[in-house]
Amino acid sequence: MKPILNELRQRRRTVVDAAVAFLVILLIVQMWLLTATLEAYLAGNTDAAIPGAAVSFVLFLGCFGLYRFVDRIYRT
Amino acid sequence: MPTNTKPEKPLWTEEFSVHAPEDKFVLRRQFSKFLVLTSFGMLAGNVWILFRSFMGRSNPAYAEKEVGLASQLRVGDVKLFNYPTANDPCIMVRTRSGKLAAFSQKCTHLSCAVYYSKGNNRLECPCHEGYFSAEDGTVLEGPPPRPLPLIQIAQRGDQIFAVGVVEKRERS
Repeated sequence: MKPILNELRQRRRTVVDAAVAFLVILLIVQMWLLTATLEAYLAGNTDAAIPGAAVSFVLFLGCFGLYRFVDRIYRT
Repeated sequence: MPTNTKPEKPLWTEEFSVHAPEDKFVLRRQFSKFLVLTSFGMLAGNVWILFRSFMGRSNPAYAEKEVGLASQLRVGDVKLFNYPTANDPCIMVRTRSGKLAAFSQKCTHLSCAVYYSKGNNRLECPCHEGYFSAEDGTVLEGPPPRPLPLIQIAQRGDQIFAVGVVEKRERS
């Protein structure tokens, strides 16, 4: 019984690690997006503001979904 | 009668009841919560830029301000003034071509004060060697990403007035 439990725990931890790693990647992309949009805005180019905000929202939803996924694994 | 049988669990597991793998898992969960909050902060930043982009579309009105006398500025001379507020340092130059040109004195790279180099007829930022054209403020060399904001001037008789600011110009 115990080896099965340990294997489950190990598998669960691997999944959580993967989710956290993916979250970090999404955050790096969002950080780059914010920098690029701000740079464009300061240069007087406001065309990037709407797509920047839209993509940032999608990335935030992705991050939130991953967090919910990690949270659900924790609760089960 | 005492027994010599070994207990199933050592005593320390009861005293230190933290289960290390579970604890690490909770840490990961808290870390991912922190990442989501950071992501929300980034989203708020993007929404703020969006808001400012729409709010900033109407051109702000600038008050006129007398900044100097044209007769006092010979070729290569410089006049410093503040416009539109006391916290906005500006530089006015009579360039080699005899034209009067005024710009914000803040470098568009990291806001160091630019100065006029008479020998090179250009505005130079001493911090990271950014060079701007003294004629139109465009970037000639170095790290500045944008031209210097242009101060619009008007000459009436001998008096020079600052009348507006062109903040955002296309990358040179």
